[in-house]
Order: sequence, then C-alpha cells, then structure tokens
Amino acid sequence: MAAVESLPPGTPSAMRNAFGTVLSALILVLIGVLAFSIRLFSVIKYESVIHEFDPYFNYRVTQFLSKNGIYEFWNWFDDRTWYPLGRVIGGTVYPGLTLTAGTIWWVLNSINIPLSVETVCVFTAPVFSAFASWATYLLTKEVKGSGAGLAAAALLAMVPSYISRSVAGSYDNEAVAIFALIFTFYLYIKTLNTGSLFYATLNAIAYFYMVCSWGGYTFIINLIPMHVLLCIVTGRYSPRLYIAYAPLVVLGTLLAALVPVVGFNAVLTSEHFASFLVFIIIHVVALVYYIKGILTPKMFKVAVTLVVSIGLVVCLIVVAVLVALVASSPTGGWSGRSLSLLDPTYASKYIPIIASVSEHQPPTWPSYFMDINVLAFLVPAGIIACFSPLSDASSFVVLYIVMSVYFSGVMVRLMLVLAPAACIMSGIALSQAFDVFTGSIKYQLSSKSKDNAEDNTSTKNAPKDDASSGKTDKGEEVSKERSSKKGKKKEREPAEKLSVKSKIVKKKALVLPLEASIVALLLLIMLGAFYVIHCVWAAAEAYSAPSIVLTSQSHDGLHVFDDFRESYAWLSHNTDVDDKVASWWDYGYQTTAMANRTVIVDNNTWNNTHIATVGTAMSSPEKAAWEIFNSLDVKYVLVVFGGVIGYPSDDINKFLWMVRIGGGEFPHIKEADYLRDGQYRIDSEATPTMLNCLMYKLCYYRFVETDGKGYDRVRRTEIGKKYFKLTHFEEVFTSHHWMVRIYKLKPQKNRIRGRVKKLKQKTSSGVSSKSVKKNPWM
Amino acid sequence: MKKNSSVVVDLLLLLLAITVLATPAFSDLVLSKVERRIDVTSQIARVTKTLKVVNSGSESVSEFTLTFPKFLGNNLAYLSVSHSEGKGKAKRSLANLSVKEAHPKGMPDSISFYSVSLPKPLSKGDTLTLEVVAAFTNVLQPFPEKITQRDIHLVMLQESAQYLSPYVVESQSLSIKLPNARIESYSKLENTKVQGSEIKYGPYKNLAQYSYAPIVVHFESKAAFAVAEKLVREIEVSHWGNVQVTEHYNLVHRGAQLKGEFSRLEYQDRPNPQGVSAFRHLLARLPPRAHSIYYRDDIGNISTSQMQSDSKKTELLIEPRFPLFGGWKTFFTIGYGLPLSDFLFASEGKRFLDISFGSPMIDLVTEKLIVQVVLPEGSKDISVTTPFAVKQSHEIKYSHLDIAGRPVVVLEKNNVVPDHNQKIQVYYKFSNINLLSEPLMLITGFFVLFITCIIYTRADFSISKSSAAYLAKLQWDEVLATLQEVQNIIQKCLAAHDKLEASLRDLSRTGDIQTCKAARKSTDSLLKDLSKELRPLLASLQSFPSASQISPKVEELVAKERELQEKLMAKHTTVVEGYEKKSSGRDIENRIASQQQKIIALRQEVDDLLEFIDEI
Repeated sequence: MAAVESLPPGTPSAMRNAFGTVLSALILVLIGVLAFSIRLFSVIKYESVIHEFDPYFNYRVTQFLSKNGIYEFWNWFDDRTWYPLGRVIGGTVYPGLTLTAGTIWWVLNSINIPLSVETVCVFTAPVFSAFASWATYLLTKEVKGSGAGLAAAALLAMVPSYISRSVAGSYDNEAVAIFALIFTFYLYIKTLNTGSLFYATLNAIAYFYMVCSWGGYTFIINLIPMHVLLCIVTGRYSPRLYIAYAPLVVLGTLLAALVPVVGFNAVLTSEHFASFLVFIIIHVVALVYYIKGILTPKMFKVAVTLVVSIGLVVCLIVVAVLVALVASSPTGGWSGRSLSLLDPTYASKYIPIIASVSEHQPPTWPSYFMDINVLAFLVPAGIIACFSPLSDASSFVVLYIVMSVYFSGVMVRLMLVLAPAACIMSGIALSQAFDVFTGSIKYQLSSKSKDNAEDNTSTKNAPKDDASSGKTDKGEEVSKERSSKKGKKKEREPAEKLSVKSKIVKKKALVLPLEASIVALLLLIMLGAFYVIHCVWAAAEAYSAPSIVLTSQSHDGLHVFDDFRESYAWLSHNTDVDDKVASWWDYGYQTTAMANRTVIVDNNTWNNTHIATVGTAMSSPEKAAWEIFNSLDVKYVLVVFGGVIGYPSDDINKFLWMVRIGGGEFPHIKEADYLRDGQYRIDSEATPTMLNCLMYKLCYYRFVETDGKGYDRVRRTEIGKKYFKLTHFEEVFTSHHWMVRIYKLKPQKNRIRGRVKKLKQKTSSGVSSKSVKKNPWM
Repeated sequence: MKKNSSVVVDLLLLLLAITVLATPAFSDLVLSKVERRIDVTSQIARVTKTLKVVNSGSESVSEFTLTFPKFLGNNLAYLSVSHSEGKGKAKRSLANLSVKEAHPKGMPDSISFYSVSLPKPLSKGDTLTLEVVAAFTNVLQPFPEKITQRDIHLVMLQESAQYLSPYVVESQSLSIKLPNARIESYSKLENTKVQGSEIKYGPYKNLAQYSYAPIVVHFESKAAFAVAEKLVREIEVSHWGNVQVTEHYNLVHRGAQLKGEFSRLEYQDRPNPQGVSAFRHLLARLPPRAHSIYYRDDIGNISTSQMQSDSKKTELLIEPRFPLFGGWKTFFTIGYGLPLSDFLFASEGKRFLDISFGSPMIDLVTEKLIVQVVLPEGSKDISVTTPFAVKQSHEIKYSHLDIAGRPVVVLEKNNVVPDHNQKIQVYYKFSNINLLSEPLMLITGFFVLFITCIIYTRADFSISKSSAAYLAKLQWDEVLATLQEVQNIIQKCLAAHDKLEASLRDLSRTGDIQTCKAARKSTDSLLKDLSKELRPLLASLQSFPSASQISPKVEELVAKERELQEKLMAKHTTVVEGYEKKSSGRDIENRIASQQQKIIALRQEVDDLLEFIDEI
C-alpha cells in the first residue's frame, strides 16, 4: 500500500495499482461471503442447530465457559460423564474452539447484541471458513502472486472436503483449526520471504492458536522441520530460513506447553522430536556458514574435521537418549492415532476403538473425487508450476501437498488437511493456465489486427482485448482471479502493445494458437463451472444434514424424523437430574448436552476399559447386563434402533464393535459366539448368544407386534427371536419412529428366604464365581 | 389416597364448624333463588351462580358475602360478580362489582369469605340478582392417582349439593355438566337426576344458613390436564412496526400419573389406540395477523405444529415432542410477531399498548405467570392498568445496541386461568426521535471505521523517524517513484517512435512528404523535451545509494533508447530523402534494411530492459 501511495497521484499506473488493490479486496470480500453463505444450506434446509456428536460436546463446554468464566473452565471436573470416573475437561480438551466462540459471544454481548451461545456456536464454522479462504489467499500470494492467491481462495471457499467439516452447526475443532493451519503456514512463508522477526513471532502465536485448536498441530510441527531440512539439503540455507524456524521452535514449544492438554507432551512425545532434531541441525549449519565466512578456506577445512568428529559424538549421544526415551514408553512414545498414521494397519490390529470410528478408516477413491473433485486433476499442473521457478515458498507447498496426500490416504479425516493444499496447487495451476491462454489470445489478436490494418493498431487492439477478457469473465467463479490479474497486467499492457512484434522471438515458446487457447480457456471455465456445481451440490445435499434430524422425501411430502431430540427431551424433563443413562459411546455427548443426564461413556473414548464394560453389558444376557449396569448405578439404558424406518447406523449395526471392544478387555465375550459361520446375522440363523444378548432384546422388544412378522428394514430380514419378555428391564420410552428406545432397570425383587437359600446352594456349586468373573465391576 | 382422605377430613371439620356456628351474623339478607351450574368439561371447574338476593331486614345493606368451603376457596383462580337488573329477556348485566377477601371474626377457618360491595345499598324489601362466575383449579382430583397406559382417566369432584351461604336460601338447584356420559359414581341424594352427561341436584327449599350436603362425583375426563408450572411471556414493543411475543412454557400433565411401562406400540395401535390419558396437542389461539411464528425448545426447532389463519384469528396447533402422560413434563417456547398498529394506540399525549394478559393456549392453567413488557429504549412515565390485581415491578433489559437499556414492566400473577385473558394497558411516553438513535449510531460507527482506515493508510505511524530502516524505506519509495517516471517517459518516447513509423507508412501509401516532415518535426521536439525531462530524474536516481543496482540498468535503458531514436531518425531521413529523390520503393527498402534490423534488435533490448525494471 505504501508503495502505491507514494507514487505521484494521477499517473495511470498508480491509478491502476489502486484499482487493482480495491478490486482484489472486493473479490476477497465476495469470496468471504461465498464461503460463509455456501455453508448456510444446513440452516436453510434444516434449522440453526448444532450437528452430530462432537459439536454437542463443544457446545456444552462453550455453554459452561460462557456461564462460569475462564478460570472455572480450566478447573472444570465434569462429573456428568464417564460415571463414576468423571473427566477433567479443562485439562483434556483442546480449548481453541471453545475459547474462540466464547470470546465472540462475550464481545457481542458486551456491546449488547444478545446472541445466544448456540447461535454463536452454529455460525463459528462458516465465519472461520471465510477467514480460512483469506488466509489461503495470503499464503498463495506469498508463493505465486495475488492472481493465484485469489484463485486458491475462491477454490478453498467451496471445497467440499472443508465444507463437510464446517457447515453451519458443525461446531468442531477442525472448523477453526484449518484456518489456524493455513495462517500458520502463511506466516511461516512470510517470514521465510521477508526474514522479519516480527512475522516469526506472529508465526509462533499462530502456531499456539493451532495447538489450542486441534491435535493436528503435529502436522505443522513435522512439516515445517521437513521443509527446513529440505532447504538445507538442497543448499537453500539463508538467514531468513533461520529466522523463520528457530523462533518458531523455541517460542512455539514454550507456548504449546502452556496448553494443558499438550503440556509436557510438547517435549516428551516422539511427534515433536523431528522439530528439535532439525533445530539442532539448523544451528550447526548456521555455525558452519558463519565460520566459513570468517575463516580462510584452509583453516575452514581444519575446523570441519574438528567439528565433524565432535559433532558425531554429540549426535550419537543425543540419538541414544532419544532412543532410550522412546523405547521406555509402551507405544514407543507415539500416540495411537499418530502410530496409525505411520502404519495404516496399526489401529485395526491393536486398537479397535480407533478403528471403529468411520472417519479413521482409509478413504476410497470415490471419496477423493467427492471431496476435492476437479482439484485432483489440477494439482499436478500446480506442482509443475511450482517448479518454474522453484523458490523456498513453492518448495514448501509442494512438500505440503505430498505429505498431505500421504496422510489423507491413511485416514479419511485427514482429507481435510489435503484440501487446502489441493486448493493452493489448483489455484496456482488455474492462474498460470489463464495467464498463458489469455496472454496468447491477446498476442494473437493484436498481431492479427496489426496485419489487417497496420495503421491504427492501438485503437483497434483495445476493444478486442476487452472483448477477450470479457469472455473469460463470464466463466463464473474461476475467472475471478482473472480480473485481479488484469489490474496487474494493465501495468504491462502498454509495453506489450508496443512491443508485440519484438516478442515474437522471445515469447514464441509460450504462445499458443488462437483457436487452441480459446478452446482451452472454455474448457477450463467448464471445469471450473463443474467444480462450482459439484460444490454447491455437495454443500446442499451431502454435507448439510445435521444427523440429529433426519428427513426423507416421499410421495406424500417431507418426513421429518426427530426421534433423537424427542427422546433426549423426554430424558431431560422426565427423569431425575442425577439419573445415569447408559448407551453406546456414540450418544454420550448428545445425552449430556441435550438431555443433561450423566452418562457412563462418551465420544471422548479416553478409557477403553469403561467402554468395554458397556460393550460387555450390551452383549451379555439380560441378567448379567443388569448386574453390570446396576453396579454402575445406571438407571436407564438407551438404544438406537433403525429397524422400523430403515435407519442404517443404529446400534445393531454397530453391535459387532461393542463385542470386539468388550471382548478386548473381558475375554469371556467372544466375537465368534455372535457370528454364524463368520457372518453377522440376526435372523433365525443367528446364534443363541446373539439372540439372547441385551442389545438384541432391547432393540427388538415387542417389535414383532408392529407388523406381525418382525421384518427389520435395515437388515432386510425377519428377526430370529420374535416373542420374548424382559425380566430385568422395562420399557419407559420409545420415540415416535422407534429410533430411540429407553429402558429402565427394574428394581431388585425382594428376597424371599427360600430363594436366598437356593441361591446359596448354587453358589457353593461354583456358578457364582463364574458370574463374578463376568461382571468386571464386582 | 392421602390427598383424598385429607379432603374428607376437611369436609368433616367443615360440618363440625357449621354446627358450632351459633350467631347468625349476616341474617338480614335472604337468597330467594340460587341456581348453580358447574362446568367440568375441562380441567377447570367453572361455577356460574345466579343469586336472587332479597333484603328482608330493616336496614339497608351495602355488602354481600360470598362463601366457599376452604378447600375450594384455596383453589379459587378467578372470581367475578356482576349484578343484573330487570327480568326475563330484558335482563342485562351491568358492571362487575368489586370483590375482596374478607376475614370476619368468629368464623371457622374452613370457610373462605369474600365480600362484594353492592352498587347501591339494598334497602328493605328490594331484590337484586347477582351473577357470580368462579373458576377453580386443582379441584378435579384424579382417582385413582396412578393409572397405566391402558386405563381411562377418572377424576373426582367434591362439592356441596346445598349452597353454602351465611344467608337463608329459599330455593336452590345445582347442575353439574360432565364431559361425557360415562359416570363411575355419584352421591345420590334426594332429587338427584342424571340427564346424559349432566347431573342435577335439587331444587331444595328453605335451607338454613350454612347448610351443607357433601357430594362426590366420579367420572371420566378426556380433557387435557395441561398446567404451565411457569409461563414467562415477553412482549417486546418495537416502534419499527412489530410487537414480538415470546412465551416460555414449563408444561406438566397434572392428571393421573402414568404407572408402569410406556409402550409406543400400544400408543400407536391404529384401530384402538391406548393411552388416551395422554394429550397429544395443544391449541393456541393467537391474535389475527400474527406472523413469523416459531415453536422450539432449548435443543432446537420442534417440527410438529400446524397453523391455520383467517382474518379473525390465527390458530396454532402444537404438539409437544412426545405425548404427555400424567406427571410428564416438557418445556417449549413459542414466539410470534404482531403488527404494531393493532396493539399500540395513543391517548392524551401518551401511547398505550393494549394486549391480552394471559396465555393464548386454550384451557391452560398457569400456576405462575410472568408477563414482561419490554418498551423501547427511552420510554418514560410508564404506568399499567389491569382489570385484576397483579404484582408489578420494573426492570431494565439490554438488547440490540442499547445504551441506556429498555424499561421492562414485569407483571406477576399466580394461578391464572383463561378467564384472565383480558386486556391490559401499558401507558408510556416515547418521542419518535429516539427511533433514529440506533441507525445513527451504526452510521457513525461505520463512518468512524472508514475514517480511521483512511487516516491509517495515509498517515505515517513509524515510531522512530530517524532509524536507518525507515529512511531506507522512504528512499526506496522515492526510487520507485522515480523509476515509474522514467518508465513513463520511455514509454512516451516509444510511442513517439511508433508515430514516426506510422508517418513513414503513410508516406509509402500517399507519398505526401510534407506531412511526413511535419510529423518528424513534431516528434523531434517532443523527444527533445522528453530527454530534457529525463536528465534530472537520472541524476536523482544516481544520487540514491539504494538504487545503485538499478541505476546502471536504467542508464543502459536510456542509452539504448537514445540509440534507437538515432537509428530511427536516420531511417526516417533515409526514407524521406528516398522519396524526395523519387527513388523506387524497393531501393529505399534495400537501403533501410540494415537499419531496420538494428532497430528491431534495439527495440527488443529496450523492451527487455523495461520489463526488467517493471518487475522491481
């Protein structure tokens, strides 16, 4: 800006510059609006409500924060979950999202804009995706100029992968974390380009925000060292690199250790070791460069031998310490999720609870097309563009895309990290392609008109030029960056116009035939249009369902299945405030947030044994299950059942995971007992263990009476055991479409003397010792 | 059962008290005819009485005493007494009379007394007809108190077949209107008749003071026993044309409690659905032209509601998230906007809001009703008139962009029945200029924001004006500016060259040497001027140390440009001379061919240099 202002006013170039700045600012604002509004489909089609599972927890934490203040929040011990263990929320949660939304809420309320916490939470994600697209602009601008920046920002604003995690209501860590990630990368590149300590400090702060927001910060703290190492190895070491890296590691690690959930992990776990190693290396390299500068070549050689021998010894010691540290911890110092990143088969082998989450599965090929669409084809072009010429910044984005492609291949969830990289690459590719095509069209047109009527070249040139650019403007979103490019290009236009003839020689390589470039342009625009259509479709149809409200379109209108909230509302108003509700962990967060009841396990999954206990109870026969639940002080059991309306992600379909996780801790639960010839079935062929387990009974209790046959619409079969009674549980609530069924544990019957005696006799015969083993809580 | 037995004890006590009563305290009046009708079709017992009062004493009487047994009196939600004059068809009822609770001395606790002040003292021998309307809540006792889903809902009403009065009653009759003909049991006294869903007691003649004959009616009720334990109605007045009403209901089903399982299967059983004791929906009758209606609770929108509207009313049929069985509770919020012009009026320099007090729900009993009327910021002299006594207080609410806050009138009343749905008036003063304050505030805010932006970009905020980096930056800006000028001049030169070329082409076409020479002359002078302009710029560029890397390039550019200029001039001269000598075109071409090549090469170099400088 300063440069623009200092130009003598009135000169055409200054005007154009100012015009370009204003235009790109305007485009950025529009991109922000686009990013925000494309995510509102969920509010328009459904309602302004928090989505899915984890967002409910975040929402609850935010409510607590806004009610009790920040100090109470840090010290919050939540006794309404993981009963009877409880959970230290303040120390186990990434507080970035909550603090962000809490701050927004606080600011708005202190200027008397009375928005509810819920509203703020619902709209945090769309607001931050606008920020994320601006951050993408900044990052790409640092790499390849503002044209590419605008293209990348526009692409990111509507990339389906990111939309899937940031629609209005999807109040999850990723919503702010992606912004933090891109912004951290931008500040790193900015520091690398300027060598300014100011940006380096900002970078550390942005990194701190990222650490606050998401566990994915380890991606940053591994990617940046890798890039630094790459720069050193390829001989690109410069003081700017040092400024960009060293403060980040020191400040960043100190700041990261301030976040309670990270704490000493910032220096103790293997995820962070790469950064320290590179930190040492960069100092050694810096020292070498310094010494090289002050010593004569001969002296330098002597010094090298000296340093190398000492350095090797030190390195060996350090490596030995590291290895010892790593070896001393059971998982080798790596957390389960990180390990499953390095070895994709790790989770399925050792940790069923990680493997049971669908977003931790490797993605399929169609999901790539679904989530990044045409970007997948543009990325290679972008990589090529980054190599001509290769700069520090462009090598970074190349590294970024390579790493994120690998990680996204391991876990569906990390597709989210790939999306910004793909957008940046595609933005670069698109911008370069448009540059080449429009450039050659312009050249061809002007040379043609020169041939036709040589006398008034310039006058004729101008309108044709406008026409060509006007044509591209029609290409909706993608050509947006064109217009800003124009701002920059216009500076050169006079020069180009005048020197067209001379350019024949120089630019021959880059000039394409007129027809070819027009066709290519049109194709690019079509590609862009296809992308836009796909994104809007994905935002509207695929990703905007809140999953707590289901709808189905049938011939007689729209059907709304609001069973989850129906039963949560019932729980919250018609049970005692301290009652404990047992359900599979998927519904833990929702139960605490919507029904305000204490749950046994929730989506945090921090205690495998506890989850296994619930899994065991669900897969045990009624009596044993009652005992487990009773020992956990459970009053109500909640199951989700889709058999009546055909809702596929119900508890019967998740049941095998309960068996597996339960069996992992309590070996008397064997997966094989529930499978008939390796097949999971609930029809008449099912095993007796399956037909007698609690989950089966709770789901299908009196189900047969609905249609007389007991036809399950999800499994598409008639159920195996149709008529049975519950002896230890009673139905207290079933929602309108039977999706949620809540049972109450019946109180224990009064003991009759004779029966006690009988029981005692049985105990002596050794039956009860078995049952003790079965119940882990006795 | 506990409750019931206590009621029975109450009754016994009451009878005891009545027999104990010795002195006739209110004996001057005689009730010549009493007709009582009790309507129990809903959960509210609505008692209508017609009393014909005759003054048989010698003194004129100005007060009349109404009595209820205590267990009814405690549940009295609404009482209004009006008197009517004339007879038969010409009867017209007049204004309500003021009623207040009385505690006459020496009277037993088991009777509630209300004294009515008569419109004019009743002199000896005069008669007066009083119409009494009383609504009682909680007097229909569910019996049994707990039922299963399959049972029907039975309730019990206790009353006295004879009218309890401190006066002598000459003739009285009672009719009880039940919701349907299914009657489990009723007390059989003399003169008891059952007609369909109506039970008639009486007429009984010449009853002494405080006559009492307890009766119990046990019958089926399908009415919704919906009780709002707490209802907060917020009425927010916006002078931009809207009255926003938001109502928060804490609803409970006060009928017989559900015992045992709730089976959705039986509840949804098509041919004979069970669970009739649950209520599925509530009907709210909103004012006409109500708009933007919503229905939600604290976890989101509730999608089960229907709306019908015509010019007289808006009917909203809402279904709670789940069917409400006895003892079950729920919470929800409904909100709607109303056009301001229907509710806000002006009188005597004041404005007043004329809006109904109670809930729009039909047959809903509200145990605690809080009405908050939020007036616009800047309202003054607030006063409220209500047709019945309510507790009043004032609050301040801060809403969108408020500074001083909005005054809130809080009205509280317990035990509210639909009979309380009368209009209340809130008077206040408000000047229209206050309307503009918030838009103006916004405009000012944005104005200040833009001004700050402008100032920030124009002004220099460096802390140390003498630091090396700052000076370097300033100098660099200057260098850039100079470069820009140099570039412009070179561009102009190149444009001049083009013009020269164009003139040559003209020459080849027309052969007009004079115009060509004139063009040459003008170009010459222009170029000379330009080179004059260029000189100081170059000098200044050289003086900057930071431009040391650039200045050689710039100098090269200028040199090349000059060379180009010379070559071009030479070419021009050659061509013009050629034409003057009338040599053939080919000859001229040959002569300038070498020059032309050099010119092209030079032009190329100049362009390259320009591009290089441009990229700085």
